[in-house]
Formats: sequence, C-alpha cells, structure tokens
Amino acid sequence: MRDRAIFAGQLIFTLLVAAFLIVPALLSMLAGVTANYFRGIRSGLTLQWVLQVWELYSDTIFRSFLIAFAALAVTLVVGVPAAYALHIRNDRLSRAVEEIITLPLAIPGLAIALALILTYGGFAGFRGSWLFILAGHAVFTLPFMVRAVLAVFATIDIKTLDEGAASLGAAPWRRFRDVIVPNARPGILAGSLMVVTLSLGEFNLTWMLSTPLTKTLPVGLADSYASMRLEVASAYTLVFFVMIIPLLIAMQIFAGTRGSAVGAAR
Amino acid sequence: MIVFRRSRRSTRAAIVMTKRAFAGLCLIPLAILVAAFFVLPLARLVATGASGELGIKAYAAILLNERYRTTLTNTVLLAAATTIATLAIATVTGLFLQRHKFPGRALVVAMLTFPLAFPGVVVGFMIILLAGRQGLIGEATLRLFGDKEVFAYSMGGLFLGYLYFSIPRVILTIMAAVEKLDPSLEEAARALGAGPWAVYRDVVLPGLNPAFIASGAIAFATAMGAFGTAFTLATDVAVLPMLIYTEFTLSANFAVAAALSVGLGLVTWAILALARTYGGATVAAAG
Repeated sequence: MRDRAIFAGQLIFTLLVAAFLIVPALLSMLAGVTANYFRGIRSGLTLQWVLQVWELYSDTIFRSFLIAFAALAVTLVVGVPAAYALHIRNDRLSRAVEEIITLPLAIPGLAIALALILTYGGFAGFRGSWLFILAGHAVFTLPFMVRAVLAVFATIDIKTLDEGAASLGAAPWRRFRDVIVPNARPGILAGSLMVVTLSLGEFNLTWMLSTPLTKTLPVGLADSYASMRLEVASAYTLVFFVMIIPLLIAMQIFAGTRGSAVGAAR
Repeated sequence: MIVFRRSRRSTRAAIVMTKRAFAGLCLIPLAILVAAFFVLPLARLVATGASGELGIKAYAAILLNERYRTTLTNTVLLAAATTIATLAIATVTGLFLQRHKFPGRALVVAMLTFPLAFPGVVVGFMIILLAGRQGLIGEATLRLFGDKEVFAYSMGGLFLGYLYFSIPRVILTIMAAVEKLDPSLEEAARALGAGPWAVYRDVVLPGLNPAFIASGAIAFATAMGAFGTAFTLATDVAVLPMLIYTEFTLSANFAVAAALSVGLGLVTWAILALARTYGGATVAAAG
C-alpha cells in the first residue's frame, strides 16, 4: 500500500516535469497553425502563418542549412584526421591539443563571438559574409566530431589494424582512407549528427557574428519573438521543430543501436 | 636470417617514422583552424580587456565596480539555484524512470528528452508561452483568481527558462548513472536491515555522486553563460551575458565587455575543470 503511494507520487511528479517541458512546445506548434491564438482553436486552423514565415524568413532557413553542412564538411576534413593523429600519438602534446580544442565548450559562445569580432571585425568582406558565422560554428562543433571519433577509436584496436595494413605495404594515406575511416564510421556518423544539430540551433555565437544580411534561423527566431505576432513566431518555431526532430530521432535510434556513445559525446 | 631480421626491424622503424610524420600532417588542418579562429581571437580578447582607460585594472573592476559585482552575484546565485533545483528534479524522475517499467514509459522519456536540441532562444519563447502576457499560467490564474499572473520577464521566468534548458540534459546523465549502479549493494544494505530511506541516503545517492558533480557543473556553467534565453525574455534582470552584450553593442565599451567575457569564461572553465578532477567522467556542455 505504502509502495503504491510512493510509486503514484513519483509518477505524478515525473508527469508534471514532462508536462512542463512538453506543454509549451505543443502550445507553440498549435499556435503556429491557429488563426487567432488569443481566441483559441475555435478561430480555426490555418497555414497562413507558416506561409508568411516562408515569405519572410526562407532565406534564414537555407542559410542555416548551408552553414550546418559547411560546418560538417570542415569538421570532417579537420576533425577525423586530427582524431586519428591524437589517438596514434597519445603523448603530452596530443593531450594538450585535445584540451585546447575542447575549450570552446567551456567558454560561453558570447565570449568566443566577441573574440572573433575583435580580431576579424575590420575585414569587412569576411565580417559581412556567412563564412564568418561558419568560422565560429566550426570551432564550436569541432570538439564534438573529434570526441565522437576518438570514442570509437577507444573501442577498437586501431593500432593493430593500421600496422597490419602497413605491413602489407599500404601507404599512410591509403591506410587512412581504406582502413581507419571505414572503422571510424559509427563515430563519424554520431559526430556528424551532433555537428549538424548544434549548428542549426546555435544562437549564442551567431547572434553577434551575423549581420542583417546573414541571419540564420535561430537569429531570425529571436527577431520574430521580439517583433512579430505570436502566431508568426510560433509558426517559425514549428518550422524549426520540423527541421530538428528527424535529427533527434536519428540520434536516438543511433544511441539505441550503439549503447550510449552519442550521449557520451554530448 | 640475421639479415632478414635486420631488414624487418628497419622497415618497422620506417613504418613508425612515417606513421608519426603522417600523424603530424593530420594535425596541420586542425592547428590552422584552431589557431586562426580560436587561440588568436582569445588572445586578442584578453588583450582588449586590458586596453581601455583602466588598463589591466579593468579585470579588477569586475569585482570592484558595484554594478558589475551585483550582476556577477545575481548570475552566480541564479546559476546555483538552477543547478540545485535541476539536480533534485532530475534525481527523482531519473531514478523513477530507470527503476520502474510501466506502459507509456518510453513516451515519457521521449517527452523529457525532446527539448535537448532547443537553443536558448526557443527555450525563452517556451517560457513566454507559459508565463508571458498571453501565457498559459496567466490565463489559468485569470480564470481561477481573477488576477493575471505574468512572470516570464522577471527573475522567476529566467529561472524557469534555465530549468527548462538543463532538466533534459541532467536527466539523461542521471538515468545513465542509475543504470550503472550495482543492485547487489542495495540488496546487501536491505539484508542488513536498512530501511528504504536509509538505502537511498547511504547507498544510492552516494553512488550517484560522480553524476551529480559532472552534470551539476555543466548545468551551472551553462546557466552562467546562457544568453539566448535572457535575450528572448528581454529580461530586466541583469545577468552577466546580457551585461556583456549591452556593454559591447549599446555602449561600445569594448574593453569592459572583453574583460567581463574573459572573467565569465574563466569561471565556467574553472567549474568544469574542477568537476572533471573530482567527478571523473565528464560530459560536454552544449548550447
């Protein structure tokens, strides 16, 4: 009897916490397709707000995808070889390098953005282009890629595989391409999902790095929260959810099949 | 035979040599990226902090100037309150969800982890929908008590926003830690006559300590640096990231903004480094 009461109490508490998190998200999804949020659902369902968001902000959506995939390309080209090198060398230098590249996780995005602006703000062409935002995103997401790949290297005997291929006469570049990368694939995939998700939602850095001509989706969201009617802001948020949910589901499936590696990378 | 051995050893040495050289090559793109867009800018930030009228004393002003000190205190208190509340909530729900199987459990877990990918700005909007001028809580209190309760734009709203942001992350860490607890320890305690509360107090909670330290440090550091939520709520509460932002963009006070950013970065970095020393496994902060 007492156990049942404790169980019920915990269940109610857990459901309340879940409601706190999910109710506002559902409200915003609903508000985005409601004709008049103030009058409620009776006013009817409509797609006019979503269409208005598309007219006003579609450029931010495309730019966010452009930056996310560019950040993915950079972190793949830079991060995967680096993870291999850090794993192989495993000396004091590589630990110091690992420490430095994970620093962007410990330092607030606002500080990194200020640092970038103070350094490159004078280069107007660079400052005003989407590449400036990419620079920030690449530095911020890189540790997630490196860590995800390192996590996989820690579970397989990469040194033996590498030496085996070497003793068969494969050149370093070929070994990297044909042996290391295929074996690191789960980590690369987990890291890629992380990088794209984080880049799409990044605001702390991006707000400062963007210009009125290089707004990304989260920057546009902040803009709409401040200046648009609630229905438009909600419809815009709905668009963001639609973009981000498949990535979240992919991460969940992936985490399910591979233990908690994705969670660990986070 | 000897000749063969020697040649094998030398090819092995050659392999190791080229391998180290290749590993070095692999680090070059990383070195360029990180030097150009992280190390150099950070050095510039630290230098700018000392370049104003106050010179190097700008860093001392963070603590000596009353306005900055009040903001810093506010931010630390808010971050600490967020951390404690998040840990308490996440421990109760995490333990419950990991220990009980019931219909709909997967759905509840999905609901609790869904906001993981929400940036701070979106979290701010969620709080506006809950406690803002057209919010749910306002509507409910208006109908029940005839008085519209709106607190999204105050300290309470900010606190709620930070809770919203950190609960999913901390719950995941705690659930993973609960899963790794050794159930035989609890059975032993029970067999020795410990009641359910004693088992929790003396066995379960100490076992979760590393997870508390790791996830608590992240919640604290994230709350210290959170900008998006405070920005969306356009809050009148002075928190450090908002102060840095206004100093930089509105007052064009670059030196003070840089000094405050360096101070903030040092605090969050130190918290995470301490947690890593005392808490074992770390999880990275995001957002």
